[in-house]
Amino acid sequence: MNNQRRSFLRKSMAGSLVAVSVATGLLTPSRVLAVWPKEAFDATKINDAMRSLLGAGQFEETNQVNLRTPDIAENGSVVPVTVKTKITGVESISVFALENARPLAISADMSAKARPVISTRIKLGKTSKVVAVVRANGKLYGATKTIKVTLGGCGG
Amino acid sequence: MAKKKLKVRASGKKGYAVIKAILFHPMATGLRKSKETGKIIPAHYIQEVTVKHEGAEVMKVNMGIAVSKNPYLSVEVDGAAKGDKIAIGWLDNLGETASTEVTVS
Repeated sequence: MNNQRRSFLRKSMAGSLVAVSVATGLLTPSRVLAVWPKEAFDATKINDAMRSLLGAGQFEETNQVNLRTPDIAENGSVVPVTVKTKITGVESISVFALENARPLAISADMSAKARPVISTRIKLGKTSKVVAVVRANGKLYGATKTIKVTLGGCGG
Repeated sequence: MAKKKLKVRASGKKGYAVIKAILFHPMATGLRKSKETGKIIPAHYIQEVTVKHEGAEVMKVNMGIAVSKNPYLSVEVDGAAKGDKIAIGWLDNLGETASTEVTVS
C-alpha cells in the first residue's frame, strides 16, 4: 500500500511540472522582438521618455520647429497634429503630450529620404501642453503648444 | 471580404511624394475600462509603421497608446516620382501585421 502511495505522489508531481511548463510557455508568446523603444513609451514623465528615446531630457526651444495643432480640441480622442521643420539632417521627430499617462505619443525615425514633416492624430486626456521634439545632427530642437480639450480622450 | 486594414494614397509632387495612410486599428490603451463590463480593455495598439520607397526603408514610425483610433499618418518622401512603389506596413503589440503597396500617382 505504502509503495503505491509513493508512486502516486511521484506521478502527480510529474504531472504538475508539465502543467507549469505549459503555463509559462503560454505566458511568453513567441513574438518577434522588434526594436520598439518600450522604455520610452512606458515612461510616465516626459523627461524620462526623452532621455530614454533621444538621449537627453532637454531641448532647445526654436521657431524652426513648426507644430501645428488646433488651439481648442473639442474631442480629445482625435487631435490632429502636424510637425514640420526647416532644419536639415533630421533624424527623428517625436510628439509628447505632457498630461497623458504615457507622454510619448509618436516618434518617427527618418532616413535622409524622408522629408521632415509628419501629420497624425493623437489622444489627449485633458487640456495639455504638447511638445514636438526634432532630433537633428545630434541636437534636440522643440516647440511647445497648449491644447485646450473640452472632452477627454483617454479614460472612461 | 476581409476587413481592410489600411488605406494608402501616394500623390506625386515636384521632387517628392505625399503619402497619406489610414491604418484601421482599435488602438486600445490598456488603461480604460469597458462601460458595459467594468473590466479593463486589454492594450491593443500599433507599435511600428514602416514606409518603404522602392523597397528601401525611408521611415520607421513608432507609435504609443496616445495615437488615436484608426491612426492617420501623413509623410513625405523625397525623390519619389510618379510610378514609384511605396509600401506601408504596421505591426501591433500582439504581433499582428498588415501591409500594402501603392503606386505614386
